Amino acid sequence: MSLRERINAANEEALRRIVAADPVLVDVAPASEVIPGLRDRMILHSGPPVAWDRMCGAQRGAAIGMCLFEGWANDPAEAERLLNSGEIAQEPNHHHATVGPMAGTITRNMWVWVVENRAFGNRAFCRQVESFQQFGDYSAEALAALAKWRDIWGPALGAAVRKMGGLPLKPLVARALHMGDEMHNRVVASSSLFANAVAPVLVDCGLPKEQVLSTLYYTGNHPFLFLGLSMAAAKASMDPARGVEASTVVTAMARNGTEFGIQVSGLEGEWFTAPAPRVHGLLLPGWKEEDAGLDMGDSAITETVGWGGFAIGGAPGILAFTGGTAEQALAYSRDMRTISVGTSPDYLLPALNFEGTAVGIDIRKVVQTNTVPVIDTAIAHREPGHGIIGGGIVRPPLECFSRALARFSEKYQG
Amino acid sequence: MPVNLDELLQGKPVFINVGVRAFGDSLREAGHEVIYLDWSPPAGGDPRLAAILDDLL
Repeated sequence: MSLRERINAANEEALRRIVAADPVLVDVAPASEVIPGLRDRMILHSGPPVAWDRMCGAQRGAAIGMCLFEGWANDPAEAERLLNSGEIAQEPNHHHATVGPMAGTITRNMWVWVVENRAFGNRAFCRQVESFQQFGDYSAEALAALAKWRDIWGPALGAAVRKMGGLPLKPLVARALHMGDEMHNRVVASSSLFANAVAPVLVDCGLPKEQVLSTLYYTGNHPFLFLGLSMAAAKASMDPARGVEASTVVTAMARNGTEFGIQVSGLEGEWFTAPAPRVHGLLLPGWKEEDAGLDMGDSAITETVGWGGFAIGGAPGILAFTGGTAEQALAYSRDMRTISVGTSPDYLLPALNFEGTAVGIDIRKVVQTNTVPVIDTAIAHREPGHGIIGGGIVRPPLECFSRALARFSEKYQG
Repeated sequence: MPVNLDELLQGKPVFINVGVRAFGDSLREAGHEVIYLDWSPPAGGDPRLAAILDDLL
């Protein structure tokens, strides 16, 4: 069998595993109890590995916030000294079967969504999504929202999900794609579907009335609630496709605000990075282009599995957040087929005649066509201490895919 | 398919512009019909990567 034939067979196997995934929300739990290898005095972060001295402003701010949240430091200056000293270990979420939005910071006492891929038995984890600390804001208000998730909403949702015996996410995502979501920055429908599914169980869990009411209000009014779930579902769906010998399928795209990195199935364990790109989009009132940080977050795992920018043609409502036209959005989704191995039989887009979303990014096709994936994303400030400042569209550097292809050739052609 | 050479030479030409759009734009400004084909050299023009792709794709 020629190498070309081996690659094609390996990519079909990777595609088979991705589309066979059956992600089920099984729990909401403290990170310390569920994330493998997460130690005390360790911060998990988004993107490829990055040392403290090269970390972008927003991720630094988020890390300072986590030191305060965990009680490792009493004020931001002490937190910064601690982080500078190297006493706090910092590792990528992706090295722990985990993903995190924007700065993506996760520590032991952060509660996380737990999603099990019942087709393969693996689990993946993602923290909750909010608009402040994950963008680098470490103010008392930002940290108070983390405490509410830890003390009120996370435990209540965990109790409800366990009582339900788990919530299958594949049918929920499929329905939300029919309702104008694309599962990255447009998760309004899926958030509502989730809130509806969990509400009757939540009131029947024997929890204090105040906790139930607060959690119902949280789930019913959080327009980005489901993003944490879709990220965990995407990660749980993608991980079984790792390590398929000779496969050129991308298994992760992640950014830390300093570098954009990708991982490839047949090159398991390696990162291929290039400088993080600038996001083009819309800024919230009061912010200017020069305030914006570079591309950041693990949320591009949604594009990696075929949602987000790959499904944006079916989600024109998101254009109010990212900018652009409905025609461009349709063209993006069509273009993504040219760089993918196949399409999903389950995740269908009515706007594209119910065709499946493109799945299995092939580094060969990306480099051949110079067509890089489309990612819709939020924008953080370039300095620590701020919440969300905007949203837009970003394209990964071609260099990540070129480097991966050159390394693939080195490994498999000698 | 038979080609009527007279018709081809006497009719109004339609141009296909491959790659850099600016070439086609000047023809269109001169009143000609132009069809644009979006194309760029594989691998951003890198001959080493193009050779790898010849073997692997």
